[in-house]
Amino acid sequence: MAEQIHIEPGGDKPNQDVFAETLQRLAASDRNVIAVTSDSRGSGKLVPFGKQFPQQIVEVGIAEQNLVGVAAGLGSCGKKVFAVSPACFLTARSLEQIKNDICYSNHPVTVVGISAGVSYGALGSTHHSLHDFAVLRAINNITIVAPADNFETEKATELAAASGTPVYLRFGKKIMPALKAKNNDSFVFGKGRIITEGNDVAIIANGETVYPAVQAGALLKEQNIEATVVSMHTIKPLDTVLIESLARKCKAIVTVEEHSIYGGLGEAVASFLMQLKSPSTGGVWGGSFKIIGIPDEYTVTGSQIEIFNHYGISKEGIASEVLKLIQQ
Amino acid sequence: MVNGSNAFKMTSKELKLKSVEYRKKILKYILQAKAGHTGGSLSATDILNVLYNDVLNVSPENFASPDRDRYVQSKGHCVEALFVVLADQGFFPEEELNTLCKYQSHYIGHPTRKVKGVEQNTGALGHGLPICVGTAIAAKLDNKAYRVFTLMGDGELPEGSNWEAALSAAHYKLDNLCAIIDKNSLQITAATSDVMNTDPLDEKWKAFGWAVKEVNGNDIEELRTAFNSLPFEKGKPSVIIAHTTKGKGVSFMENELKWHHGVPSKEQYEQAMEELDAERINLERLSN
Repeated sequence: MAEQIHIEPGGDKPNQDVFAETLQRLAASDRNVIAVTSDSRGSGKLVPFGKQFPQQIVEVGIAEQNLVGVAAGLGSCGKKVFAVSPACFLTARSLEQIKNDICYSNHPVTVVGISAGVSYGALGSTHHSLHDFAVLRAINNITIVAPADNFETEKATELAAASGTPVYLRFGKKIMPALKAKNNDSFVFGKGRIITEGNDVAIIANGETVYPAVQAGALLKEQNIEATVVSMHTIKPLDTVLIESLARKCKAIVTVEEHSIYGGLGEAVASFLMQLKSPSTGGVWGGSFKIIGIPDEYTVTGSQIEIFNHYGISKEGIASEVLKLIQQ
Repeated sequence: MVNGSNAFKMTSKELKLKSVEYRKKILKYILQAKAGHTGGSLSATDILNVLYNDVLNVSPENFASPDRDRYVQSKGHCVEALFVVLADQGFFPEEELNTLCKYQSHYIGHPTRKVKGVEQNTGALGHGLPICVGTAIAAKLDNKAYRVFTLMGDGELPEGSNWEAALSAAHYKLDNLCAIIDKNSLQITAATSDVMNTDPLDEKWKAFGWAVKEVNGNDIEELRTAFNSLPFEKGKPSVIIAHTTKGKGVSFMENELKWHHGVPSKEQYEQAMEELDAERINLERLSN
């Protein structure tokens, strides 16, 4: 049964559309902003960019290794490069180029994984990227960011262009409603964004799973369970200061991600918590913990939302896991 | 040194003497480090010599300039040849090479940007050409006159990324790009033609839209002539297929598989020095 996520009125868009619009705006005032594509400008929403700035887009054809190598070469010459390709291919086929040519050599290239996670739905596992956080987390010198809504996407794109260092941005295709109607939040890499506050449970999510996490928080509130919901857009470096403060006040922590339960946000948080010494007892953190994500299998066939629902990445699924933890 | 300024250019005799000096140093530092890619460093020595002393507009003084020529060593494992040449060019004091492959040294067994003069961290094969395509495209976008060079081994040519990059270099008409293939015809397992044949190599590059020249890659004059005629064809990337001898300059290392990363004993080192000194003495007798 497919759940329709309620979309607030007000011109919300898919994050990768907002990425493309932001990049186009940045390119207008900085000729060093360059997009590199592998027959991916359509899916990356970069057709208008290419029309307006034909001198700032480099097409390499369907050749992801070359895409990233060429991006590194451009970056070595002072270009602010965005290498844009579906996340599934970009972070697997060209992983060695990301590791060596961009991260190890330290060039200002933003690797942009589009249609990430299970965005491609029924196209199946060749087109899913459920490994990208895991493989990139183990590579030194890259900031890993999965923005949740249009606001975070715009800010993350601006920060990546200005960073001068390797960045991975991960976007999906679904229209993403604003997480806050009025928003004065600051956005910096490595600092989680608190969407709602509560002392009973912390739900730490990223990317397109933050919205169902917020919805789950609303469901729990009906049962007098107060949840802090965090958009942990940056997986590396991880906001351990925020996680520690959540661990101090909440008995339960749940993570949610559109990624394998292995190696992603959940395991990053778990790793920190396991090594967190409790100042009162000197022992490890004593709360309960659950990682929600895609289990270690090739996913069930379905649309993104059907896959989400199947694996409990939904308001009901997340709320149900929280209740199980709290009632333990 | 300014590109095209003949005032500082060396004679062929001087360059040949440089090659002997470089080969001696390569072996010295491989002996000290007890590690190195001996055969491939020796096959590539003359190419690096001509590049840095005769072709590239790159020096310690202009290394931060966006207008410098770029050299990326795709066959990164032959780093000993590169480090010896960079030291000779004044990028760093040669004695720092005494730390080659030693604990905590920046001088590791592959090129790294922690060493001044190195453009790109390499070591995994099939990476140099894509990077150089990006660098050459950047020159075209910025209307800059610098040129881009990469040295590839013949053993790394089966890497598919090379051919992805070859397509794109021709597509973008990168006549500011030159690939040099150190075709020493041996790799770690056996003869390159037995491991994975890439011949006829010239026809492959021509079919990919490149302008091709074949030279004896251990012949200083032939290398100079080829580099001085770049680009070989306007609107096309250039490739020099440099036929070389693996282990060049030391009789018992030449064309011997075991010297791919063989380290000489003290006695073998002394014998190599004798042979190279004899070559030096012969060269010194010749007119320029």
